[in-house]
Amino acid sequence: MENKEKLASVASEELTGEEFEDLLRVGVDAAEKERGGTYIQKDHSVVRATILQEGIEILSIGEALQKYSWLEQYWWKAVSPGEDDPRTISGEEKGYYIRVLPGVKSIFPVQACLYIASEGLVQNVHNIVIVEEGAELDVITGCASGRHVVSGMHVGISEFYIKKNAKLNFTMIHNWAEKVAVQPRTGTVVEEGGVFLSNYVCMHPVDKLEMYPTTYLIGRGSTARYHTILIGHPNSRMDVGSRVVLRGEDSRAEILARSITMGGYIVNRGHLVGEAPGVKGHLECRGLMLAPEGVIHAIPELEARAEGVDLSHEAAVGKIAQEEIEYLMARGLSEDEATATIVRGFLNVKVMGLPAELEAEIERAIGLSDESSM
Amino acid sequence: MLKIEDLHVEVGGKQILKGVNLHIRPGETHVLFGPNGSGKSTLLGTIMGFSRFRVTRGKIYFKGEDITSMPVYERARLGLGIAFQRPPVLRGVSMQDILKISAQGRDVRIEEWAEKLNLRSFLSRDVNAGFSGGEIKRSELLQLLAQNPELVLLDEPESGVDLENIALIGEVINYLLQKDGFRGFDCPRRELKQTRQKAGLIITHTGYILEYVAADVGHVLFDGRFSCSGFNPQELLKWIQEHGYSECARCLERRTIDGE
Repeated sequence: MENKEKLASVASEELTGEEFEDLLRVGVDAAEKERGGTYIQKDHSVVRATILQEGIEILSIGEALQKYSWLEQYWWKAVSPGEDDPRTISGEEKGYYIRVLPGVKSIFPVQACLYIASEGLVQNVHNIVIVEEGAELDVITGCASGRHVVSGMHVGISEFYIKKNAKLNFTMIHNWAEKVAVQPRTGTVVEEGGVFLSNYVCMHPVDKLEMYPTTYLIGRGSTARYHTILIGHPNSRMDVGSRVVLRGEDSRAEILARSITMGGYIVNRGHLVGEAPGVKGHLECRGLMLAPEGVIHAIPELEARAEGVDLSHEAAVGKIAQEEIEYLMARGLSEDEATATIVRGFLNVKVMGLPAELEAEIERAIGLSDESSM
Repeated sequence: MLKIEDLHVEVGGKQILKGVNLHIRPGETHVLFGPNGSGKSTLLGTIMGFSRFRVTRGKIYFKGEDITSMPVYERARLGLGIAFQRPPVLRGVSMQDILKISAQGRDVRIEEWAEKLNLRSFLSRDVNAGFSGGEIKRSELLQLLAQNPELVLLDEPESGVDLENIALIGEVINYLLQKDGFRGFDCPRRELKQTRQKAGLIITHTGYILEYVAADVGHVLFDGRFSCSGFNPQELLKWIQEHGYSECARCLERRTIDGE
C-alpha cells in the first residue's frame, strides 16, 4: 500500500508499522492527513496526543484532571459509577480528554484510538469529551486489538457533554479479536439546541460485546441520532442498544439499528423515554439473518412519561427475500452479487457520512461476509 | 430464438401449465391473451427461470441453448429481459444503482432515457420505494432499456398506466423491439424492419397495448394450455371482445371429444 512509507516514517518506538496499519483499518490515520488531532493509547500508555487545530484540547484524562480542577464536575456525571468503580481521582487514569472551546468548529475530525497490543490485557479507560457552547466537533474513535492478540478485555467509561447549540458527530469503529470482551459504558448530556450524532460499527468477531449508551436530552430543542451497524460472527455475542431520554421540551431522537448475523448471537435493544411535552422520537430496528444458526433478538422499547409525547418504532427481522435476489438476478447479477447488493443497501453505510477509507473498509468487510454466508 | 416444448409447470404443488408449445423467431412480437389465472404470468416467470415455478416436464430453448434449468442471471446475460408486474422494494439500492447493474458495463444513456420517461428525479431514490403503478411500469422499462435484451418479456405493460403515459410506454416498447426509433434516436423504420432481431412476448388483458405496439402472432392461454395459437392478434382480440373466453372452454371441450 502507498501508505507503507508514510507509516514507517510515523512508526515510533511505541508502535510498529503493522500496528499503524491496524489503526488505519478502524479509521485512525497515524499520518494525520485531514485530521484535527490525535490521541492514541496502546495498552495502558499514551503513545500520542497531538493537536492540529487551534481551539481543540486533547490530553490523556489523567493529565487533564491534574491540569484542570474544574474537570471533576464532569467526572461520573453522565454515567453513574458502579460498585467496583474507583471514584477518587489518582491522576493515573487512562483515556482521552477532548474539548473544543466555545464557537470553535473542527475542520477535520479528531481521531482517538484505544489499542490492545498485549495478550490477555485488561484495558480500563475513562474518556471525557466536552463540546462548548456553539462549537462543533467530529470524532472518530477506533478501538482495536493487535493481530496477534486473541483474548483481552476492554472496559471503558465515556462521558460526553454537548453544550448549548453545540454539535458532536461521534463515530466509533470496533475491531476486536475472537476472545476479547468489550463492555463500554457511555453517557451523553445535550443542552439546549445541541446535536449529538453517534455512529457505531462493529463488523469483526468479538467474544462478548455489551453496551447500552444513553443520551440525556436535557435542553429544549436538543437532538440525538444513533446509527448502529452490527455484524455477528459465529461465537460472537453482542448485546447492544441505544437509549435516549427526552427530557427537554421539543427534543428529538432517532435510533437506527441494522444488524446482520452470520451465526452470531445478537440482542438489539433500543429505548426511547419521553419525559417532556412535544418531544418526538423514532426507533428503527432491522435485522437480517444470513445464517440459519444465528440469533437476532430485537427489543425496542418506548416509554412515555408525559402528555403530548410522540414516540414510534419499527422493527423487522428476517432473511433476504428470494424475490429481491431474483429481481437483481433478472438484471444480470449472480446470486452472490445480488445478495451483496441487498446487504449493502440494507446497511446503507453511505448515510453515516464517514471518511472514504472507512466506508471502503466496511464495504470490504461486507464483501467478505457474503462469501462466507453463501 | 425461443422454443418451448410441452411445458408443464407447477407452482406450490399445483399444476398451472399443462403442455405449452411456443416458437418465437427473431424479430417477432407475440401477444398472449387469457383469463385471470390461466397461467400467463407463470409462463413468463418460467421462461425467466424464477424459483417458484417448477418445470415438471418439457423444455425451453433460447438461441438454440437448453435453458430449462439455467439460473436466472445466466438467462439475463444470454439476452432475456423481463418487466416485473409487482417488483419488490430494494432498500438502500437506488434507481441509479440498478440501472448500472442492468447495463452490465455497457455505455448506456441512462440520464437521457430517464428524462424521456419522466423519471429523472427518481434516479437517486430507492428502487420501487413509494412508486405508483405507472411509475413502476416506466421504471421497469427504463431498466430494460439499460439491459437491452434480445427477447423482451412484458407482463401487462399497460395496466395502471394513465392515458398520458400509455403512448410513451408504447413508444419505448417499440424502441426495445426495434420497431421504431425513439424521439431523438431516429432511423428509417423500413431499415429497422429489415434488420430487426429483437423479439417480444407480451401479456395483455385488455389488448389496449396493441393500439400502440404492432404484434405479429397471438395466442390464448386457457387453463394452462394454448386454446388458440399462432393466430393474427387483432382477430383474436376481436373474438375475445365479442365472446369473452367462454368460447375457449367450449372449443377445448370439443377438441377433447374429437380426440385431438
